[in-house]
Amino acid sequence: MKKELVDQIKNDPNYKELVAKRGSFSLKLTMAMLVVYFAFILTIAFDPSLLAVPLSSDSVTTVGIPIGMAVIVFAFILTGIYTKRANGEFDDLSNKIKNSIKDNG
Amino acid sequence: MNRIFTFLALSGVALFASEAIQGEVQKQALNISAIVMFVIFVGATLGITYWAAKRTKSAKDFYTAGGGITGFQNGMAIAGDYMSAASFLGISGLVYLKGYDGLIYSIGFLVGWPVILFMIAEPLRNLGKYTFADVASYRLRQGPIRTLAAFGSIATVILYLIAQMVGSGKLIQLLFGLHYEVAVILVGVLMVLYVTFGGMLATTWVQIVKAFLLLAGATFMAIAVMAHYDFSFSTLFSHATELKGASIMSPGGLVSDPVSAISLAVALMFGTAGLPHILMRFFTVGDAKEARKSVFFATGFIGYFYILTFIIGFGAIVLVFKNPHYLDTAKQAVSGGFPILGGNNMAAIHLSHAVGGDFFLGFISAVAFATILAVVSGLTLAGASAISHDLYASVFKKGQVDGITEMRVSKIATVALGVVAIIMGIAFEKQNIAFVVGLAFAIAASANFPILFLSMYWKKLTTRGAVIGGSLGLATAVLLVILGPIVWVQILGNAHAIFPYKYPALFSVVVAFIGIYIFSVTDNSEEAKAEREAFEAQYIRSQTGIGAEGASEH
Repeated sequence: MKKELVDQIKNDPNYKELVAKRGSFSLKLTMAMLVVYFAFILTIAFDPSLLAVPLSSDSVTTVGIPIGMAVIVFAFILTGIYTKRANGEFDDLSNKIKNSIKDNG
Repeated sequence: MNRIFTFLALSGVALFASEAIQGEVQKQALNISAIVMFVIFVGATLGITYWAAKRTKSAKDFYTAGGGITGFQNGMAIAGDYMSAASFLGISGLVYLKGYDGLIYSIGFLVGWPVILFMIAEPLRNLGKYTFADVASYRLRQGPIRTLAAFGSIATVILYLIAQMVGSGKLIQLLFGLHYEVAVILVGVLMVLYVTFGGMLATTWVQIVKAFLLLAGATFMAIAVMAHYDFSFSTLFSHATELKGASIMSPGGLVSDPVSAISLAVALMFGTAGLPHILMRFFTVGDAKEARKSVFFATGFIGYFYILTFIIGFGAIVLVFKNPHYLDTAKQAVSGGFPILGGNNMAAIHLSHAVGGDFFLGFISAVAFATILAVVSGLTLAGASAISHDLYASVFKKGQVDGITEMRVSKIATVALGVVAIIMGIAFEKQNIAFVVGLAFAIAASANFPILFLSMYWKKLTTRGAVIGGSLGLATAVLLVILGPIVWVQILGNAHAIFPYKYPALFSVVVAFIGIYIFSVTDNSEEAKAEREAFEAQYIRSQTGIGAEGASEH
């Protein structure tokens, strides 16, 4: 990539928007996953009895079961949220940047 | 008492983590329906290989299936790489043995995927061509970076292969009644055939077919179990607790202290993001859009699979545990309790018989074997690429080599890796290999991942920092595994481990990052300056995909 092209893209408002939006979005989702997972795993490390509470007084099923399942589903939903936004909004921005390069020859 | 329990639980993890069926196994009687179905599978996959071989003409076809795999297909293939025979048998066996703890383990294996999507998948796809070393060495000096990355890849691949080969030998011995050596050689020969003739295209489709069969078989088992209990989880759980006690419904002793918990989490998350055969899959899709879809589908399939294994484990508790049909009476006479034939890792296999008879047992056994074949093929291809693309073409020939020659070297490397895998598989038959996969993950997390991640995101990274820091991470991981409880105590027979934790990743990853940081920021050479200046252009390509490799024309 030539220096002029690098400078041109670097100053492209679409590029700035893409980098800023995707950066903060990725970071937020990563944090969400880490917080949920570490909350789960550190609960088990420090006080596993919290997850051993039965769902109701006559049930053997503990709250840990739906919580564990929810962590799995949560991970999947996060990937869905990211993919949807990136394949739409972020790719549109990338395409605008690509087109502007073509326009300028 | 509590300490013994914790120790047993941790050994259990190491056992499952080793992705191998440990201990002595008895050879079973010839299982005809399993063999017939397995022969059909092998025939079909050789057909795929023949079809793929005709389409594999260039190096790009060989390494990346021409870049034309769709996101859905690649998601299935990635999930297939992850759903090894050991994660199917091992995790369902862990659920069977300890209930809830199996779920904790599955979750640890899953949560790395979203992070790979948010941080790694796109820049990797946009910057790389065939191997992750392409990305790591993008603006750094090719020779040293590629050598280190190739070394990390080959070490990871060979360790993983040993575990898979030993596991396959024992599993096949148990399921099909074949000799251990015959099984190992069979696996080695088939994987060499798939990879040398069909390249990535055959490897990917073998993986997709197997992933489909595995998911279909596991779904059937889970539904059959639930149908027994009118699709009520609470009925299933109450039957299970009547047999095994209420403790299976809550965390047992899998994760005992915060340091181990975090270290295991670091190993699984960063290790997954540093596994060469997984990273290589991102180059088989056309663009970043498909790369993202791959992770989305892969996460879905893997998550679904782990939910199935949880149900299967509980199904085995109610239908296999204390069932005289599956009881190992010889073992019971010695140790008491209710041991099942072949050990706890066979819980899912016995359950397949309990819900579907001999025919379904044959199907699941054949799927388990197919799973091993598909996983070792992917590993071998990744190892061969590191040898041919990174070491031979880029370091040794300095890029002055045509694709056909590079592909030929890759095929020679595949055969060599196949021979190594067979020899190692036979040599390690009676060894304790519990540390092997843990070490592979630790190396991937401490050497491969930090270099890859920082090369994508950190401007100030220099060749010197990456090489010294990455090597320090690698050395720390290896050293701490040797001084840790499995090798130092269980294998070398010392009384106390010098390093008390089973998972070194927390420490070795930190060493790698600190090492890379210090030796990069203090690097004031002209070369370092040029490397920092090259970051801008690399970052633009990684973010936008401008200039990225496309799919090949067919």
